[in-house]
Amino acid sequence: MRTILFILQKEFLQIFRNRAMLPIIFIVPVVQLLVLSFAANYEIRNLSVDIVDQDNSTWSRQLRDKLFASGYFSLNRQTYNPKEAYADLEADKVDLVLTIPQHFERDLVREDEVKVQMLVNAINGSKAGLANGYATSIINSFNRQVRLDWLAMDEDNAPEHMDISARYWYNPDMNYKFFMVPGILVVLVTLIGAFLSGMNIVKEKEMGTIEQLNVTPIRKHHFIIGKLLPFWIIALFELTFGLVVGKLVFNIPFAGNLGYVFLFAGIYLIVMLGMGLLVSTFTETQQQAMFITWFFMIIFILMSGLFTPVESMPVWAQKITLFNPIAYFVKVIRMVMLKGSGWADVRYYLGIMLVFAVVINSVAVWNYRKTV
Amino acid sequence: MLPIVVENIHKSFGDVKALQNISFTVEEGELFGLIGPDGAGKSTLFRILATLLLADKGTASVNGSDVVKDYRTIRSQVGYMPGRFSLYQDLTIEENLNFFATIFNTTVEENYDLIKEIYEQIEPFKKRPAGKLSGGMKQKLALCCALVHKPKVLFLDEPTTGVDPVSRKEFWEMLQRLKEKGIPILVSTPYMDEAILCDRVALMQKGEIMMINTPAAIVADFGKPIWAARADNMYHLIRDIRAFEGTDSCYAFGEYLHVTLHQPVEELKDHLKAHKGLIITPAKAGIEDAFMQLMQEQNEAV
Repeated sequence: MRTILFILQKEFLQIFRNRAMLPIIFIVPVVQLLVLSFAANYEIRNLSVDIVDQDNSTWSRQLRDKLFASGYFSLNRQTYNPKEAYADLEADKVDLVLTIPQHFERDLVREDEVKVQMLVNAINGSKAGLANGYATSIINSFNRQVRLDWLAMDEDNAPEHMDISARYWYNPDMNYKFFMVPGILVVLVTLIGAFLSGMNIVKEKEMGTIEQLNVTPIRKHHFIIGKLLPFWIIALFELTFGLVVGKLVFNIPFAGNLGYVFLFAGIYLIVMLGMGLLVSTFTETQQQAMFITWFFMIIFILMSGLFTPVESMPVWAQKITLFNPIAYFVKVIRMVMLKGSGWADVRYYLGIMLVFAVVINSVAVWNYRKTV
Repeated sequence: MLPIVVENIHKSFGDVKALQNISFTVEEGELFGLIGPDGAGKSTLFRILATLLLADKGTASVNGSDVVKDYRTIRSQVGYMPGRFSLYQDLTIEENLNFFATIFNTTVEENYDLIKEIYEQIEPFKKRPAGKLSGGMKQKLALCCALVHKPKVLFLDEPTTGVDPVSRKEFWEMLQRLKEKGIPILVSTPYMDEAILCDRVALMQKGEIMMINTPAAIVADFGKPIWAARADNMYHLIRDIRAFEGTDSCYAFGEYLHVTLHQPVEELKDHLKAHKGLIITPAKAGIEDAFMQLMQEQNEAV
């Protein structure tokens, strides 16, 4: 036990002597939280639109005004000539082209049916989806309004129709920061847990110090615990620090008991540290360790549901995310912080994480014994 | 109980036979040298004795403990200084020393008398990170760290490689003093001039020990007379001597060539009479001559 304390003492001395370390601990999280939370916003405004209005009637103008009144769209060009609009689309100047055909008003009145054409620039898939969604719902509501106006009835007298009203539970204002900040905290904790811990062990190999350490009474478990524990502590500190910044800057809600977040983080970190240890057993330099960890991290992070929902992935990819610890943590931290989930909701994920922790650390320690 | 006993150690890395049939013992309070060029297998042998590597065949014990079975006992009893500087470069002299003292469950003060002489030389820089020390100071620090727990045996793998001549001399003086304190030392070096400072040496090449003896005996065993030759044009001289049928060996030693013959020296002089400024005088054999001869014999035997 005393040996572990001496190693810990040495580790903290080295960590805080490292010039890059303090900025990593204090500046990186703030920058990441601020930049990513503001930037990673799915709410897209100012989609630029070309209107090809070949009808130029009262109704067509009303449709156009309704579109721009929503605040999601801004007019790039209004034209009579579809070719100009196509050129804009080709040049990536517009996201959406709405074509209102000739005799729009006449057909609407006379034949009760009219077609408009929407061309969506799908270079950026999620943007295209949003543009389509916003525009469709605006046109639908315009459609309903037309019918009411046309039949000159007030809404109570209208023919049967369904009114949809949506409410966003757990995040009533659909504030994306509430949604992003917990996820970004997960990434931060992960970076410290997986990257720094693995590199810290490999550093002893790279510098040759392990050769000297091995010819001392230090046992392997002393060494492993002494090398990994500092990052467990730093990562949990980082989580605390990030939560404070999140509360102060974004006023993120703490709906549930933060104890669950820390409990989960504690076990999650054991998984990440185990991964760092595993990587360190089959690498010789910090550079190798970093690239291998990076390879796994980029996959884990992108498939974690942090930026795109897991549910929208193909089935095989969803199956893979069952083995992605980051996905579980992202889910749990959002559940607890936004929804206020308690023990009954969290324990299942906690159990999975415990299994991960046991498995990966067993493999890592087994491999470590074999190689060093 | 002998401090180090090595019996029939073999070790291969793939097809490379790093060590073959290595056997020797180190006596109480002896300074034992492993002498040989790079790649002779010296570091491999150290790593086996320091319990960092398992031998393929053979047994070895350090201070009565088997290197395989009792590796934990050995690890707490020996002082090991690897060939490559292996202390924390970002920790200061003081911090390194304290760290290695504490993990051996002791303190710097407790064994200060053992490291005092060496530590005093680097003490003025004790707040300096180890990575910023000169080569000689690094080695002194490494020796301090290897000694701080009062080891029963000391392993020093090429402690003077890459160190300036003055520091090398100082380092060997320190080893002599440690020896006087009764610590058996196993040291390796590629430098022949350091070999004569050992009590006994093992001459190694290509993973094999060619000879074990005291430096004086090795030199005395060198049966043949040696001739030192020089001339104005050394390049032509070495070519001509090697071409002479009576020559056994001819190597450059500083400003002279060392030559051994199986024909009278007069015939060689006759053979070389075209050379200007030719001097051929009898020379005393050194350990390097012995090493060169053994090396040549081993190469011819293969």
